[in-house]
Amino acid sequence: MVAGSAGRCGDRTDRRTATGMGGVSSAGRCGPCPRGGDTFTGPFPSCRFALFLAAAITPFLSNMSVYGPVVKIHPVVVASIVDSYERRNEGASRVIGTLLGTIDKHSVEVTNCFSVPHNESEDEVAVDMEFAKNMYELHRKVSPSEVIIGWYATGYDITEHSVLIHEYYSREAQNPIHLTVDTALQSGKMSVRAYLSAPMGVPGKTVGVMFTPLSVKYVYYDTECIGIELLQKTRTSPSRTNGLTSDLTQVAGSAAQTQEMLSTVLAYIEDVLAGKVTADNSVGRYLMDLVDKVPMIPAEDFETMLNSNINDLLMVTYLTNLTQTQIALNEKLVIM
Amino acid sequence: MASRKESGVSSSNTLDSPVKQIQIEGLVVLKIIKHYQEEGQGSEVVQGVLLGLVVEDRLEITNCFPFPQHTEEDADFDEVQYQMEMMRSLRHVNIDHLHVGWYQSTFYGSFVSRALLDSQFSYQHAIEESVVLIYDPIKTAQGSLSLKAYRLTPKLMEICKEKDFSAEGLKKAAVGYENMFEEVPIVIKNSHLISVLLWELEEKSTVPSKHELLSLSSSSHLEKSLQMLMDRVDDMSQDIVKFNTFSRNTSKQQQQKHQYIQRRQQENTQRQSRGEPPLPEEDISKMFKPPQPPPRMDTLLIAGQINTYCQTVKEFTSQNLGKLFMAEALQGHNS
Repeated sequence: MVAGSAGRCGDRTDRRTATGMGGVSSAGRCGPCPRGGDTFTGPFPSCRFALFLAAAITPFLSNMSVYGPVVKIHPVVVASIVDSYERRNEGASRVIGTLLGTIDKHSVEVTNCFSVPHNESEDEVAVDMEFAKNMYELHRKVSPSEVIIGWYATGYDITEHSVLIHEYYSREAQNPIHLTVDTALQSGKMSVRAYLSAPMGVPGKTVGVMFTPLSVKYVYYDTECIGIELLQKTRTSPSRTNGLTSDLTQVAGSAAQTQEMLSTVLAYIEDVLAGKVTADNSVGRYLMDLVDKVPMIPAEDFETMLNSNINDLLMVTYLTNLTQTQIALNEKLVIM
Repeated sequence: MASRKESGVSSSNTLDSPVKQIQIEGLVVLKIIKHYQEEGQGSEVVQGVLLGLVVEDRLEITNCFPFPQHTEEDADFDEVQYQMEMMRSLRHVNIDHLHVGWYQSTFYGSFVSRALLDSQFSYQHAIEESVVLIYDPIKTAQGSLSLKAYRLTPKLMEICKEKDFSAEGLKKAAVGYENMFEEVPIVIKNSHLISVLLWELEEKSTVPSKHELLSLSSSSHLEKSLQMLMDRVDDMSQDIVKFNTFSRNTSKQQQQKHQYIQRRQQENTQRQSRGEPPLPEEDISKMFKPPQPPPRMDTLLIAGQINTYCQTVKEFTSQNLGKLFMAEALQGHNS
């Protein structure tokens, strides 16, 4: 366990020497913050500076153009974060953890995460580094290609403590990403945002850290898509549960979905024809494509195709039934 | 066809096991999918441990972690240690650390094997309510999540405990291939915050929902499944041949024994009539060594596997028939 007070950074091996009141250290680190009601005579402590800046740019986050890598997140990561938030200790207001994934030229793909126990109070923050290292090793055994690419925290704002934690992580990874997941829904929705840290300030004097926002995208594997679709069904049921259906019910469900979509399209067309909605050419082109996709096959050809397919399937069913009867008989004769 | 889907494993209405239903969190489903997707492409199976707790007659699975693959280089890799460390670490972050089962991915539905049986037996022996989750990634990629939970029936547990795999043992316990595993129904449950997350994803994500389920071009999948089925049936027929030879040998031996005894008796009566002492009774069992009965357990496993294949193929064909009829209706409208 390593404790760092809000005015002192570093871990066991790298104790910063306190340089007296308002000491300025190298880029990004804080000097000791005066406490107990003294007025600041020294230069503005950088952690406060970072906080101020982050707070200032927060309202503009969604409108700012972003440079830096695109952050691609798999939904399993956010689900993990939400789950660890739900399981947090009494009294903790947020949880933090490490993000694992792969780095590309223009993007960072986050594929896994694990939470790290930490304690946070007004003036100090303690993160269990040993634990983080251990967990990373264990995870590495399973997927050797995943590396630490950053860390996450739940909550809406970036606090002073985040700066310290971010520094620790910048020792583990080259350019760590900081992800915030607003699980307490302070902003009205669960927004997931990513930041990169950049040093800023006047060279030679106080330097601070600014968190620049990055754009976040969700990516799915194919099978993940299907998994998520199934999970979406639990939103609508009152007890938030959903059983797994099988064979024909699933096809029926899919067909019902398609039917719904078709009726939406039909409603739109009706509106356009009745003049209620102005016709949009691009939509018209899509509709044209849609209708063209149904292949025009002469009736007899289609009949033969259909029949041969049905015959195949029926034969397979017959054979499997036969096999099952066979093994049942075999059992009766041989074992019993 | 659709109505026989429960008959392959003993019907879920009459489960007399302590676990009647499995409740899985969405997170576990996503993690299993991810694990296979990332690590399972080349090799056979990926495995992992399920964590959760038991609530009344439900088994709740709340988290899971994957197991590394068995590689030749890591000869000194200690599985037990990995597991212990993982569970200890997870305990620190308040994740349930009670082991309740394990999961395994499968290739076209082939999971009934001796290894699975042994693993599941040791789990179930240690923890009464444990299950094995079988995840079929290929079927899932076709459109619908295929996740099934199995337990060993109490009868099979008995047999495994006594390690009596002979024919008499199986007959005594009346275990057929249909009574080996019981399937436990699964239900997915999400917490409120996860539901919020799902709403967010729906808004934010630009990936169009896939309609793989309605695709008609799945004959390659059918081919593969049938091929595996054929392999198993071959194994089965070999087994049957072995058993036939065994039974023929036994009956031949019986005949020989009879003949020998008869001859002996005849000789003895002849000798008595001539007044000579009878020949000593020889130990018959030493002369005619009974042939080794073939192991029945393998047959049982093969039969179980064939059964599972047949079930999957039938599900598949029923789905496809439905889709074909829909395609016909669509064409009918056009022409």
